[in-house]
Amino acid sequence: MAAGITAYGSYIPRLRLSRQAVAQANAWYAPQFAGRKGTRSMANWDEDSITMAVAAARDCLGAGDERGHVRSVQLVSSTLPFAERLNAGVVCEALTLDEGVEALDMGGSPSAALGAVMGAVDRVNARGGSALVIATDHRTTRAASSQELDFGDGAAALTVGTEDVIAEVLGSATLTVDFVDHFRMAGEAIDYHWEERWVRDEGIGKLGPRVIAGALQKAGVEAGAVDHFIFPTTFAKMDAQLAKACGIRADAVSDSLAATVGETGTPHALLMLAAVLERAQPGQLILLAQFGGGAQALVLRVTPAIQQFRPACGVSGWLARGVEERNYTKFLSFRAQLRLERGMRGEQDRKTALSTAYRHRTAILGLVAGRCAVTGAVHFPPSRISHDQGRPLQDTQEPCKLAERHGHVLSWSAESLSFHRAPPHQYGQVDFVGGGRILMEFTDVASGDIGTGTEVEMSFRIKDIDELRGFTRYFWKATPVASGVDTPTASKE
Amino acid sequence: MPIGIKDKVAILGMGCSKFGERWDASPEDLMVEAYNEAMADAGIAPEQLDAAWFSTHMDDVGTGRGGTPMSIALRLPNIGVTRVENFCAGGSEAIRAAVYAVAAGACDIAIALGVEKLKDTGYGGLPVSAVGTYIPQWYPNAVAPANFAQLASAYQRKHNVDPALLKRAIARVSIKSHANGAKNPKAHFRQAVTEEQVLKAPIIAQPLGLYDCAGVSDGAAAVIVTRPDIARALGKRDLVTFKALQVAVSNGWEMHSSEWDGSYVHTARIAARKAYAEAGIENAAAELSMTEVHDCFSITELVTMEDLGLSGEGEAVRDFLDGKFDADGAIPCQIDGGLKCFGHPIGASGIRMLYEMYLQLQGRAGPRQLKDPKLGLTHNLGGQPSQNVCSVSIVGREGV
Repeated sequence: MAAGITAYGSYIPRLRLSRQAVAQANAWYAPQFAGRKGTRSMANWDEDSITMAVAAARDCLGAGDERGHVRSVQLVSSTLPFAERLNAGVVCEALTLDEGVEALDMGGSPSAALGAVMGAVDRVNARGGSALVIATDHRTTRAASSQELDFGDGAAALTVGTEDVIAEVLGSATLTVDFVDHFRMAGEAIDYHWEERWVRDEGIGKLGPRVIAGALQKAGVEAGAVDHFIFPTTFAKMDAQLAKACGIRADAVSDSLAATVGETGTPHALLMLAAVLERAQPGQLILLAQFGGGAQALVLRVTPAIQQFRPACGVSGWLARGVEERNYTKFLSFRAQLRLERGMRGEQDRKTALSTAYRHRTAILGLVAGRCAVTGAVHFPPSRISHDQGRPLQDTQEPCKLAERHGHVLSWSAESLSFHRAPPHQYGQVDFVGGGRILMEFTDVASGDIGTGTEVEMSFRIKDIDELRGFTRYFWKATPVASGVDTPTASKE
Repeated sequence: MPIGIKDKVAILGMGCSKFGERWDASPEDLMVEAYNEAMADAGIAPEQLDAAWFSTHMDDVGTGRGGTPMSIALRLPNIGVTRVENFCAGGSEAIRAAVYAVAAGACDIAIALGVEKLKDTGYGGLPVSAVGTYIPQWYPNAVAPANFAQLASAYQRKHNVDPALLKRAIARVSIKSHANGAKNPKAHFRQAVTEEQVLKAPIIAQPLGLYDCAGVSDGAAAVIVTRPDIARALGKRDLVTFKALQVAVSNGWEMHSSEWDGSYVHTARIAARKAYAEAGIENAAAELSMTEVHDCFSITELVTMEDLGLSGEGEAVRDFLDGKFDADGAIPCQIDGGLKCFGHPIGASGIRMLYEMYLQLQGRAGPRQLKDPKLGLTHNLGGQPSQNVCSVSIVGREGV
């Protein structure tokens, strides 16, 4: 079978910043935003484009940790944290993919995500296996700008393969045109945008219909037959206007998630696709188009295999997990746009010994423990000697992946003494189902969310930020399972 | 079981600086203060010291590393000075080294001195020190209050204790120590506190409030040890001798396996069992006159009473509420105010605990003197509940 989409996933951070709260905070300066409604997704302080990419990939790849079918990873983003260091390499370690996997960082334009999908299709058609495409963005915006309200943080992922294809690729088209609606020079933090009316009329209004017509023609599909039209934009009604201009039915225009998530940038077309695929029926036709550096369009047809696939959480699941955040200063602080007083405890050096990090990379980035082959006891970090009381055993441990396992809280506390970007700082001992114990931090928690026995799952997050040298290090944290709060532990005492 | 050190080594002299926010004093000054008192008490000259062990925990504040800070501050006669560091139990380790050296016959007279200068950090509470290159890459940037507070969550769950009742019981731990500390002129905190004050104090780490946490203090303490026959030859009477010195250290079992339930300190139970055997104690609750335990946090003291066998399993809550460990209770604890009120200059604390035992056993404890104590226990814990160094020492009158 020809290559097509075989799985999809997404990630939307738990926090949803209230646009009203932002507008109120800035009303003295930017009263034009007074009427803004809804929320936008807001990454926690310990999330960035890498951590969100890992979350979306896990949503796509499912609960198992056997991922040998993935032969390539394309990480697409305009906000990758490392300019030098393969960001996709961090993602591969976190996903415990085989070392033989091909990994690439891509970006430069929101449409790069669709370009990566098309590239993955070609790769799989030529060389087989599964290709994992992950798009992710965590954009910095100017305070009191429309982008601050319009944008959101998030990630999306899909695999392209030839087995159990859930959406066939019928055709695609590309226009590469240097139409600069916004730009950001290397080393700068924030995009510069040109006038919306020009972008609407001269950019989207002209390049969009051309690329869409090209893709539909290659797919042999009439515009009126499209069931789901996906076109990310922050411009009001731009998606509907483009649909109308192309002869696409008004009811085919897909929800942009603007009311809850905002426009997430590079991942947004794939995020909207993930939302569409959750409810798409076999035989339905999907048209994705993306503006940027020209334009891209892709036509898909849903297959009956769609009914056998569910992402681990899915867009609907992430939407349901959302918690409204009304502290605008928290948003600014999490994005390093507001420097809050840290006290002397915040002066600690967070230097990372890279040789140490490399030596222990599977434990740190992959959360791989050691399981004693003799006793079955799980040790984290892995060690040469297993310390089962009274009978030390040497070199008996085998790799044991913990990231996809749940755990239960044995003991915990919440303290406001140490410097923490989202106080109180909560941590405790987590006992993993199947063995293993780690004293670890909790994230995405409010006071009262953690108790003894709380069921938790793992989330790949920023561990520390070394501001002196400009380095971010990552580890795993525990977060309550949405439905599992305070279920008692099975094997204690 | 080894023969042990019971009655082989005696205390020749002890000294302890005033603890507290000693803005006036450098660590060298604090050392001199403790040393002068100990040397005067021992009645010896510096040339009579054969060797020294020096306990200090922090590298980045205070004296720095190695044995030279003590040797230079005290202008010791070029004897061996060995720095000892074992988290908050370093003071007890320095004592153990000095006692073993004397018991082995390698030294006639040895000194152990501990010092910590914490109030040059610029903030309250203990500094969080760097711990190698690997651990910080995965281990939480944890602070002591939250590490020990976890004992409370696990204890509460294990024994099904009402959170409010546990909070009251640990409040009693601190109220008692404040009452005791008020009578100690060298203590950092010398004011009594009420239950209302303790319960309403700001939370530091759930469920521990401000008064559940020990003071962070500057201070130094010293002990000079020798063989009993030498002590007698130097004119000493009513000797206080070592009955047991035991240390147990975590090996990762609590931290990494899922067997430990988080509600007690595993090493404390092992060290206590060995110490009772070394001292020939069969019924600790009946035979011990008093204890100085590592009350870094109120909940630590509460679970320690069970670890030491002085309270039954799950009974420490009731025992504290009943006043069993008050100054006039069955087994007084922290009669000098403990870490809570005497203060906690880390490297000195183990020696400070011994200092109170020594004063009490010699009848020199002034207004807080207990009636006729015979045996005292010190419990000195370093690290945190799931990964630690625990020392249990027993001293008493010679021949008891």
